[in-house]
Amino acid sequence: MDLRKIEESVFKFLMLTSVVCVVGSLLFILGTVFIKGWHALSLDMLVKTPQGGYYLGKEGGILNAITGSIVLGIGATLFALVLSLPLAVYLNLYLRKNSRRAFIMRFFLDVLWGIPSIVYGAFGFTVMIFFKLQASLLAAIITVGLLILPIMARSMDEVLKTIPFELTEASFAMGATRLETAMQVVLKQVLGGLVTAVLISFGRGIGDAASVLFTASFTDSLPYSLFKPVATLPLAIFFQLGTPFPEVQERGYAAALVLAILILAVSIAGRLISGKFTRHVLR
Amino acid sequence: MTARTFKEVCAHSLMRTVAGFVISLAFLMAFGLYLRARPILVTKPLEELLFHTVWNPSQGQFGLANFIISTIWVTAIALIIAVPLSVFTAIYLSEYAPAKIRNIARPVVDLLAGISPVVYGVWGILAIVPIVRDYLMPFFSEHLPFFPFASDNYTGFCTLTAGIVLAVMTFPIIISVTEEVVSRVPFELREASLALGATKWQTIKLTVLKKARPGIIAAIILGVSRAFGETMAVLMVAGCAIQGFPRSIFDPAYPLPALIANTYGEMMSVPLYDAAVLLAAFILLLVTMLCNIAGWGILLRTERRGM
Repeated sequence: MDLRKIEESVFKFLMLTSVVCVVGSLLFILGTVFIKGWHALSLDMLVKTPQGGYYLGKEGGILNAITGSIVLGIGATLFALVLSLPLAVYLNLYLRKNSRRAFIMRFFLDVLWGIPSIVYGAFGFTVMIFFKLQASLLAAIITVGLLILPIMARSMDEVLKTIPFELTEASFAMGATRLETAMQVVLKQVLGGLVTAVLISFGRGIGDAASVLFTASFTDSLPYSLFKPVATLPLAIFFQLGTPFPEVQERGYAAALVLAILILAVSIAGRLISGKFTRHVLR
Repeated sequence: MTARTFKEVCAHSLMRTVAGFVISLAFLMAFGLYLRARPILVTKPLEELLFHTVWNPSQGQFGLANFIISTIWVTAIALIIAVPLSVFTAIYLSEYAPAKIRNIARPVVDLLAGISPVVYGVWGILAIVPIVRDYLMPFFSEHLPFFPFASDNYTGFCTLTAGIVLAVMTFPIIISVTEEVVSRVPFELREASLALGATKWQTIKLTVLKKARPGIIAAIILGVSRAFGETMAVLMVAGCAIQGFPRSIFDPAYPLPALIANTYGEMMSVPLYDAAVLLAAFILLLVTMLCNIAGWGILLRTERRGM
């Protein structure tokens, strides 16, 4: 057999093995969390807040963390949305295609994307000290919002890039301003893609723990005020695994399953939804 | 001015403000952290902070060397595992894979990117720690009892475990960037190579990878920054014991991000403690920023050259 053919098949085998490893690792992660978490999961966990001594193995649940994470996620997503939507519109409608400014903005967003969440957390902490604020839901919303801002803005930017220039041109030719073009023509075309970007960022926001460690603190009560600490699911998992009691750790696994399912549901919904909202799309 | 143009002008200046804010965010972060780290930078020489290994905040000793070396260890192990797997996967997906496999693998990579770091940590504790503790560690300490393998830490919470978990966490960024770079190589180049009688793999090896090399290097740099800054998963599986830096892949590691996360509660108690921890955050910010500037810079350059 030809040596080149052997080389070809050896490398093809290596590549296939790699693909199996990568795909397998996702199945391995989900499988592990599912198997370990499933039998520790109970209805009590989902509908009760921690009672006294919950972290010592007593009664209660993690409703405080579930609601806290969702409220925090929604708040942070809204905060990021208010900043990223104008940013994406600005990049695509207000700046010319190859303008220096757009180039720099995209570069900065990419760099911000790569900064680890613990650094955002530490930065949020310095800002809190500067303004003499306590750890609170508000501080966490701002920190997580800034963390997911580059993700959301860049995804929206990529979506808006797909709009053909002829469409905007036609709208301008009718005498519409750039704002009117954006609001009434362009954004309607890409609504599905924008919703996907928002959902993916939401999933990232509720999953992150390092940035809320400093800024959200933790509490056993449900979120009720913007200026009070808030519990989050990732930290609840982390704290439960940190206890020396096996039964509390088991509940930590169950909480991890809840978080994994929540994030999977959001990101799968995000992917399915991009095909929806097509009522106004021109074909 | 009509109401319409007024709205337009308002929107425009609003957008410019938002854009300016985002640009300044990177500088604000660097400046804010530097400001909080300054007290320790003016009282202690930089080489003592970076190269001394004694970390004892209550005695006023803040040597970060153990944490920095730990970070480098786990990052290196993660990349040794992740780079070949990710690059091979990316090449397969863009060059060989039938549409069916591609349609499975792409969402898998996206989902891996979306999973919470804490879930990775739970997976590490439940799956990787026992494997390392029960199989890898006994095997290596029996058959290969020398430099990177010799250790007396039998818990399974170690540098290697953290490296494995981090490797999976860096898959998505390396795969997606590499795949994009490889698929951007012009088709004519492949055609020319194939027409000269090269096999498909030879074409990839000698033409495609050569052309895509800067981009793949950029992908790896971005992977480095991802592994360098990852916090929660590492904190949960690396062992995090202060007993000198790891001398073996089975020793516990205590990387910088884990230090920051672990000390947030107590760092206001001792003078200069908070400054030392925020200095660690500042170092983290600088390193990841440089990696990202280098990585995205290379990618933008190759894109501009019309590769």
